Amino acid sequence: MWHGIDMYSLVYSFGFVPCACEHQGIVDDQFTQLRKLEDENSPHFVMEVASLFFEDCEKLINNMAIALEQKQGVDFKQIDECIHQLKGSSSSIGAMRVKNACIAFRSFSDGQNREGCLRCLQQLSHEYSLLKNKLQTLFRLEKEIVAAGGSIPRVH
Amino acid sequence: MDKGLPAKREITFETELFGSKTFLIYVEPVFSKAGETIGINYMGIDITDQVRKRERMIKIREEIAVQKAKETELNRTIHITEETMRAKQMLATMSHEIRSPLSGVVSMAEILATTKLDREQRQLLNVMLSSGDLVLQLINDILDLSKVESGVMKLEATKFRPREVVKHVLQTAAASLQKILTLEGNVADDVPIEVIGDVLRIRQILTNLISNAIKFTHEGKVGVKLYVVPEPPFAKEGSQHGSDGSTANQTTTNVPKEETCTSTSQTSSDQRGFHGKKHEGSCQNRSQSEPGTPVMNGKIDVTEEQAELPETTVWIRCDVYDTGIGIPENALPTLFKKYMQVSADHARKYGGTGLGLAICKQLVELMGGRLTVSSRVHCGSTFTFILPYKVSLSCDHSDDSDDPDDLSDMDDHGDSDDDATNGFFQFQPRTLGSLFSSNGSSRTQKLLAHNIGHVNSHKINGFSENYCSFPTSNGQAKEMDLVEDACSVAEALEISSEPECSFSHSPDHDSESAICRGRRHHNDVNGENKVSSIDVSTYSETSREVDVKVKISEPQLPAERQGRSDSGSQSTLNTSQEVSNSISKPKILLVEDNKINVLVTQSMMKQLGHTIDVVNNGVQAVRAVQCRSYDLVLMDVCMPVMDGLQATRLIRSFEETGNWDAAAKAGIERPSPSSDSLQPDCTPPKHIPIIAMTANALSESAEECFANGMDSFVSKPVTFQKLKECLEQYLP
Repeated sequence: MWHGIDMYSLVYSFGFVPCACEHQGIVDDQFTQLRKLEDENSPHFVMEVASLFFEDCEKLINNMAIALEQKQGVDFKQIDECIHQLKGSSSSIGAMRVKNACIAFRSFSDGQNREGCLRCLQQLSHEYSLLKNKLQTLFRLEKEIVAAGGSIPRVH
Repeated sequence: MDKGLPAKREITFETELFGSKTFLIYVEPVFSKAGETIGINYMGIDITDQVRKRERMIKIREEIAVQKAKETELNRTIHITEETMRAKQMLATMSHEIRSPLSGVVSMAEILATTKLDREQRQLLNVMLSSGDLVLQLINDILDLSKVESGVMKLEATKFRPREVVKHVLQTAAASLQKILTLEGNVADDVPIEVIGDVLRIRQILTNLISNAIKFTHEGKVGVKLYVVPEPPFAKEGSQHGSDGSTANQTTTNVPKEETCTSTSQTSSDQRGFHGKKHEGSCQNRSQSEPGTPVMNGKIDVTEEQAELPETTVWIRCDVYDTGIGIPENALPTLFKKYMQVSADHARKYGGTGLGLAICKQLVELMGGRLTVSSRVHCGSTFTFILPYKVSLSCDHSDDSDDPDDLSDMDDHGDSDDDATNGFFQFQPRTLGSLFSSNGSSRTQKLLAHNIGHVNSHKINGFSENYCSFPTSNGQAKEMDLVEDACSVAEALEISSEPECSFSHSPDHDSESAICRGRRHHNDVNGENKVSSIDVSTYSETSREVDVKVKISEPQLPAERQGRSDSGSQSTLNTSQEVSNSISKPKILLVEDNKINVLVTQSMMKQLGHTIDVVNNGVQAVRAVQCRSYDLVLMDVCMPVMDGLQATRLIRSFEETGNWDAAAKAGIERPSPSSDSLQPDCTPPKHIPIIAMTANALSESAEECFANGMDSFVSKPVTFQKLKECLEQYLP
């Protein structure tokens, strides 16, 4: 027994978390595809991509927050670029809700609507946190399993 | 009052009119100006309803808590059950995996046994064979048990001749007999010539019991007795029957062992006609098939009339008796439990896995019968089972039946009398010596002597049907479903505890857990055959055959296990994948600014077997194309510095004009010629397929892509499937 959970539960949960994520719409099929890319050569691929994404996302959200705070005028073009980037990344990684939040965000930024943008940014942050949370749970489980001597069930 | 403090209390009164009512009473002392208590104020509120509601709430909460606890428990149980099922299936799969190469080893050993060997070699070989046999037996037992337990086992219904089954089983046992024992078999006359049942299983049970008997008997005899009995009480319903309720008649008219069923001798001539129907696979099932159903016998006339009834049921009892060491009474209850031997001493002395009886019991019960035992220590034991068999009514009944005297006729009849009718067999110890020489060759002789199709490697317990040559396909066909199911289940649950495979030669790939079979083959194939886009799913299905082929052709595969985990990956194997494509690798350029998209696309391409070059904007893209000849370009549309559309325009202009003037105008200096550069200006540069990767923004319409010179587009996010199709379409 490790950490009070047995190996079976660990592995079981491990299978469950991504399904739950997909079920809740937090990730979509693209994420599953990424998981399929993991193999002996790149055993931590998803974690790497996800980490990269988190960094990227946080930076962009930050930038947008700053841009929206500018008293002298919001640079909507910059915001638009950020959204574009974020939309691209999130769709590549399969972060469906983040991507959708970006799409909604874009319409407000197109309309140069500061209030709308702020609300969208908040929504975006929220979705991002949700995603990060779930994925980090997944990665933590992965670590635990590996640390306990197990191996990660690969997606077929 | 005393304390001078107000108080609050709930008091319940019983009222006649309204039943029980609860009031909240509030009492407070009243003080005079001087501070003395002079009286009290008191208030009462009827809170009966509230109280009732409150109590109900509490009850509801309790119920909810109980419910939740039940659910949790149930979930846990389900979980455990699922895990258990998976583990069992995994075990079955693993056993199956182990079996094939092992039987290969044994087969080879047997073949070796037919070659010229000196004494020492032959002795060594015998040890190999018997060890191999034992392990194979064990594996089969495990597989059988798991099959029976999981309900996968399907019963066959084939016609077979009980006498032959008994004879054959005894013969087999006799051939490998190492002790001085007499083996005898007695099939009552009322047992039909032919019955219908699951030959293989019955033979299995019989063999198992006989070999047990032999194992625990050091002197004297081991025998089989078959006779018809009336339908036993435990049978819930009568035998099959048709409309006539012959079932009812059964019990009334029959006395055990005194069936007036068809006498075999009389109908032998008719029976002979059935010779041709003998099924190959059904070696000998127990001759338990008694002639006709007991029931039928009582009413012969009636049965004749029931010509329309295709078959009827006979209950045949089989006693496997011995004069062995016996079984102590206290051990009887646990005898049929799995893994139980009578005692640890027994296990040590006699070996065995303890699975045999459990399997027998399961099988017998599966077939609708019962298996029982009676024994006396130092005297011997008798294992008895009763099974129902169908009998085709096309055989005639005869009234004349000898009263089978089971223990009579110990004199041997040899074993080759009239097969169809002879009910008595005996194998004396001395016969053994003369017929067979030492163990090694006996096996060979048996091989040659019994040229039955499926009996290739004749094992003591006759589990021969699954071992044909290596690699087997027919034996596996039976297991295929189980294995495939197990695969899919097992793949979902990959537990790291590696099977304790100690094979060190190349066949170990087969013996590795089937759990990542599909994946492993995928990797193997990718690693070895360099097929870039192979369909993994087809692969796992045809895994066995292909697996073997791969193994045979690549004996140099490292024997290391592809542990699904982390460390120790076959880096050598897989990096070679990238380097050694049989065809010259197509050069692919990815133009993308988003780091994450790059990572994802790169990884997918790697999975498809390609390495790609990456640049981050249009300018770099043009430069790259100037330096190197690419077979395919994946171009993101929206990029900083220079977007995909413009870059494509520039590349196309080069292709059309043969020069990079347009690029130079855009600020990209001409490159110096290198070995990799494109053809000299006299020949027109070839058209590079450029695929746009669009994010579906308004500015990235398909027409615009085509207008700028792109050949096609894929919309983001880039998926494995899209990439694959792209490659298939645009790479030669």
